[in-house]
Amino acid sequence: MSLPKKKSVPAKVRTLEPEERWDLRLYVAGQTPKCLAAFSNLQELCRAHLEGRFQIEVVDLLEQPQLARGDQILAVPTLVRKLPEPIRKIIGDLSNTERVLVGLDLRPRS
Amino acid sequence: MTTETRTRASRVAHRSQTLPKAPTGIAGLDEITGGGLPRGRPTLVCGTAGCGKTLLAMEFLARGALEYDEPGLFVSFEETADELTANVRSLGFDLEEAIRDKKLSIDFVRVEPSEIEETGDYDLEGLFVRLGFAIEEIGAKRIVLDTLESLFGGFENEAVLRAELRRLFRWLKDRGLTALITAERGDGQLTRQGLEEYVSDCVLLLDHRVVDQRSTRRLRVVKYRGSAHGTNEYPFLIGESGISVLPITSLGLEHPVSDERLSSGIPRLDAMLGGAGFFRGSTILVSGTAGTGKSTLASHFADATCARGERCLYFAFEEGPAQIVRNMRSVGIALEPWRRKGLLRIQACRPTTLGLESHLATMHHAITEFEPRVVIVEPISSFLNAGPVEDARAMMLRLVDFLKAQGVTLLFTSLTGGGEDLEQTEVGMSSIVDTWLLLRDVELGGERNRALYVLKSRGMAHSNQLQEFLITARGIELLEPYLGPEGALTGSARVAQEARDKAAAVTREQELEAQRLLLERKRRALDAEIERLRLDFEAEQAQFERAIAQGEARERALARDRAALEQSRHGDGTAPRVNRRRTNEGGGRP
Repeated sequence: MSLPKKKSVPAKVRTLEPEERWDLRLYVAGQTPKCLAAFSNLQELCRAHLEGRFQIEVVDLLEQPQLARGDQILAVPTLVRKLPEPIRKIIGDLSNTERVLVGLDLRPRS
Repeated sequence: MTTETRTRASRVAHRSQTLPKAPTGIAGLDEITGGGLPRGRPTLVCGTAGCGKTLLAMEFLARGALEYDEPGLFVSFEETADELTANVRSLGFDLEEAIRDKKLSIDFVRVEPSEIEETGDYDLEGLFVRLGFAIEEIGAKRIVLDTLESLFGGFENEAVLRAELRRLFRWLKDRGLTALITAERGDGQLTRQGLEEYVSDCVLLLDHRVVDQRSTRRLRVVKYRGSAHGTNEYPFLIGESGISVLPITSLGLEHPVSDERLSSGIPRLDAMLGGAGFFRGSTILVSGTAGTGKSTLASHFADATCARGERCLYFAFEEGPAQIVRNMRSVGIALEPWRRKGLLRIQACRPTTLGLESHLATMHHAITEFEPRVVIVEPISSFLNAGPVEDARAMMLRLVDFLKAQGVTLLFTSLTGGGEDLEQTEVGMSSIVDTWLLLRDVELGGERNRALYVLKSRGMAHSNQLQEFLITARGIELLEPYLGPEGALTGSARVAQEARDKAAAVTREQELEAQRLLLERKRRALDAEIERLRLDFEAEQAQFERAIAQGEARERALARDRAALEQSRHGDGTAPRVNRRRTNEGGGRP
């Protein structure tokens, strides 16, 4: 918990429950650089921390615009953690891994 | 009415040549803006919390959808669709039906900062996709974003947000949407986030002020690019049928006038008013101190109106309907039958229960609904005394303008305080009044009597007399004015003076009679004298005639004697010469 340690801590996440399933949904709008970056960042992160227990669904809002209303999506790209509950939203291209892990509740807020 | 609508329409059309406009349908706002909001461009509505931004925006959409056939999308960042629908239902808009008919759509955009973690570069394409989808769903021509600034609370990266807002307004313009964007008032600038930087075509500012514990809402057009607009602060009301902005000057003095005259219900008063009564569509003020019969006069007018078969709306601010009906029955004015027939409506309300604006709104609403030909407000002084005088005056002016535009006759009464100068207190009201009747007490000889006079009456020759009147079991009765050598008198003084006059007249009569008798006596005396003289003369004449007759007889006898003597002397005629001379000396005959 001490402050100077924060930056040097390796990407270590909390211990997951044996049966814990991760259901993630990434909202994009076409194949923009931001969206492509978000997708590759997400895949990398999941392989590193959630191997074997995650599922990613990509929703292109240009094809399914009605979903923007249903899921309250404003920013693109947006990552929604549907499972485990509660639902979490993370926006941006997921380039800041630290913040993604915090946002996904894989690491406690400092 | 039709003429009025036409002039207003042509005026609006004339102004709108400058820029295509989308009418809001909100009473008064289209007049201030010269036809509505700029079509196909965004308009910013800013103001403090609770000043009516959301409502104005919703009314703009609802009226657009229902009255101008322009479907609208309401994007709410603060309230859910259910909340919004419930909020405006109290204002007479049934949004559910419009939503079912796909004329209106409400989209609640939830911005929840606690749920959002920012992890890199992003944009608001999701919002654009979402708006685009909702717009196409109903073919929206109008859109409201309420309140866009909520976005600033949801996203950390202000640079991205501002860039996206700029893009949003461009995007809305490109789609030809007439947009209304609401924003909170900020310190030192129009909006907290400086949205006016992006929306620069038209800016409306709403304000909600409390002065002397009374709230007034005001609207001002801060900016309207490419169009003339009213620049004043206009009070507006949120009433039972939505917002109404009441532009003081917009109706101007262009209202139609009528030559038709309306009886006041008191024949003698009509006579004072050029012989025919009030003009239709005019504004009549009846002022006076307490107990001078203002209500009775107003009720007479109401009665006369209903008797013509016209509807009369009576706003009572001091008495309840039942009390008015009872009181007027006691002076022989039967109002109850008119109420039952639906010709008279008495709407009673304490002046203090509502603010001026709400009062005006309520009155507005009642007038629009009941469509009376005559409106009575009794009394307005409660407003004048309770609130800021300018506000009360502005309110009356708006009411007067509103009624004049429709050719409705307005009579309002005003109570003047005891010690004040009757004509001074409402000097501010005078300019908006066409006919001003002043009721006053005349104190004389230990009693108070009522008198009435016409202080002014535009457009007609009117009496300048102070007329005394009585309130009898048959209502107000004006008396023949007593104007003697000692001035106008009323009440007992008048009766006494009349008695004195009568006594004086009797005395004069008696003197005259005495003189007549004297003259008669003199005439008779003269006649008697003439008779006497005539009799004297006649007696003398008879005497003379007798003497003449005797003389003649003697002459004849002498002549006979002479002839006999001649015969006896057989003379040749010398002797008679001596005889003749003797005859002449002794005879009377010439």
